Amino acid sequence: MKFGIVQFPGSNCDADCLHVVQNILRQEGFIIWHASTDLNGADCVILPGGFSYGDYLRTGAMAAHSPVMKSVVDFAERGGRVLGICNGFQILCEVGLLPGVLMRNKNLQFLCEKTELIADRSDTPFTSGYQKGKKITMPIAHMEGNYTIDDAGLASLKKRNQIVFRYAKNPNGSVGDIAGIINEKGNVLGLMPHPERVCETALGGTDGLKLFESVVRSCQH
Amino acid sequence: MSTLTQQEHQKVVQSLGREPNEVELGIFSVMWSEHCCYKSSKMYLKNFPTKSPRVLQGPGENAGIIDIGDGLAIAFKIESHNHPSFIEPYQGAATGVGGILRDIFTMGARPIASLNSLHFGSPDHPRTHYLLRGVVAGIGGYGNAVGVPMVGGEVRFDPCYNGNILVNAFTIGILRHDRIFRGIAKGVGNPVILVGSKTGRDGIHGATMASDVFAAESELKRPTVQVGDPFTEKKLMEACLEAFELNDAIVGIQDMGAAGFTCSTFEMSARGGVGMELWIDKIPLRETKMTPYEIMLSESQERMLLVAKKGREEELRKIFEKWELEFAVVGKVIAEKKVVGRFHAEKVFDLPVDPLTDGAPVYERPVHPPQKTAYSARHPVIEGKSAPHQQLEGLPIQEWVWRQYDYSVGTNTVIGPGKSAAVIRVKENGKLLALAVHSRADLCHVDPYQGAFQTVMESKEKLAKVGAAPLGLTNCLNFGNPENPEVMWQFKEACRGLADACRQGDIPVVSGNVSFYNETDGENIKPTPVIAMVGIVEKLCAA
Repeated sequence: MKFGIVQFPGSNCDADCLHVVQNILRQEGFIIWHASTDLNGADCVILPGGFSYGDYLRTGAMAAHSPVMKSVVDFAERGGRVLGICNGFQILCEVGLLPGVLMRNKNLQFLCEKTELIADRSDTPFTSGYQKGKKITMPIAHMEGNYTIDDAGLASLKKRNQIVFRYAKNPNGSVGDIAGIINEKGNVLGLMPHPERVCETALGGTDGLKLFESVVRSCQH
Repeated sequence: MSTLTQQEHQKVVQSLGREPNEVELGIFSVMWSEHCCYKSSKMYLKNFPTKSPRVLQGPGENAGIIDIGDGLAIAFKIESHNHPSFIEPYQGAATGVGGILRDIFTMGARPIASLNSLHFGSPDHPRTHYLLRGVVAGIGGYGNAVGVPMVGGEVRFDPCYNGNILVNAFTIGILRHDRIFRGIAKGVGNPVILVGSKTGRDGIHGATMASDVFAAESELKRPTVQVGDPFTEKKLMEACLEAFELNDAIVGIQDMGAAGFTCSTFEMSARGGVGMELWIDKIPLRETKMTPYEIMLSESQERMLLVAKKGREEELRKIFEKWELEFAVVGKVIAEKKVVGRFHAEKVFDLPVDPLTDGAPVYERPVHPPQKTAYSARHPVIEGKSAPHQQLEGLPIQEWVWRQYDYSVGTNTVIGPGKSAAVIRVKENGKLLALAVHSRADLCHVDPYQGAFQTVMESKEKLAKVGAAPLGLTNCLNFGNPENPEVMWQFKEACRGLADACRQGDIPVVSGNVSFYNETDGENIKPTPVIAMVGIVEKLCAA
């Protein structure tokens, strides 16, 4: 299958995602430049981590208005799979494909550490490789990972079963310990932890690889 | 503004055969500053062993280069940003990271990991926490945004740094043997091109500031500190790495760090045995009414000077414009070994290359061993070398620092911070590299020769603990005022210790940096040579 990885100026996990797709999953992967509107026939679009356009404004706010995002929104509305990691999650919230917003971490510092996550869903195209309720380990590395939504929004997320990953021990102040959510239709996932950094035993684990493998499986069916 | 001594001024007049004008005097001041020409340290640095069969580039370039097989090589260097970080901790530390990253990618290497060595004053000193928070946030803010993992380092505390902290930053990159770029100008008629950011009034005379001692009014020097923009740096890095892939389009390239246009034009000309004509009015500016003097001495960040092959300008322009960066042809290479600056119709300076580079003053400053008793009373040895029991927000200080650095971006970090050495994987050939940064100011202060020797030995040990053998090292020599014979003696002894240890261990010194004038209100820091050693892992051991 084909993974299209969007590169904004300031993205810095694009190459890491491409490495996982090409060298570990052995799937077709390519970079989509932010100024392009052509997704090049991708089956799954990845919005990688980084600091798009420097993120000097609210994180993801500039990227949400880039030419490529118009195509990504159309693609998502047609049911295409979109995965937003870290800055990608922030962009998905800014562009309105996912509800809520990512605020500064509770302690106002950048946080890079391994976190334990609980996978709450194993029935999405992104998470079929996980066991529901089981703990997995993924690193976080962000300044704005504090997921924020109003009470009604949180109730709606819960009701529609949209919370996919929760922190076992909340590192950043996120509402409801939320680390990752999915849209109602189940084709757009955003998460703050970095699955692409735990795809090789040599780097300390393979809990992230299961996410990418799930996507590949979902596209084969 | 001239910081030349009277004798130096006479030497200028002698070499020119006339009095320099104001711009020329500014250029001499900065080129002959300690920071740029190493006038007090040169004669001692010569004694370091710098060769091994693997060394492809030794000291004298933006970074050293060592072969790691399979047509691949590593480029690395450590550099200080002590003075700016004390004046303005966030920006000072951030631009320190920016500078060392540019030193690496200007060689054609993609940076894959960074380290840092931080020395702060006593944990109880009222300024320490402010400086610690600012420096760590600055390093993180810049490095995390560019996306080069900060995989390790050291954080130490000692009252001798109360008025003069040390911020040393190290970066390593990967490159191919056939794609090594150097800071050289060649080919008469080739265009000289500015890429990256516009030039502003920030950082004017930063290099001369860094070559002076501190006094109570140091806060007033804040305008000499540069302001960093990691977003532009990231774009500049990607654009340069893309441009390097164009066969033979780039003849030479150099980071504009200290002394901006001044240093880069003269150094590149000197290395190529040529000269340059610089069209100062063609340089893109971010402020109005800047004078040629300000433009020549600005230290605005995220700028590079490159010499392209004539006729390849448009291919290069396309790449830099894609990344939304400045690209301006600002001069050309000339045969005569001089740099001429023109501002519209006016010739504002016309200086021969040699006196400003190879002909810069070299001093054998007086040395004198310190009177031990008086010295020790002023600088008591503190037990425990890194204050490991200090806590901040419920965490050991080291951990509090490291979690603010992205150490796993790049998906190469096999062993991250907190272990005896960091280990990173080279994706291109699967090899593992071990990195460690280390210092022993406590020992150097008792005996600089033994202390420096021991620093190298312990660094080697750190690598051995993860199963690595050293390939080479880079050093950052942080010392007090070289005009003080006791400090100069410490420097001389420490260099002798480093050289002997490197020779004994067969470890080449491939790059480095000297930071003198770490003195505030008459108090010099303890001699603090910082070593960053790189090794290749033969059999990985858990550290």
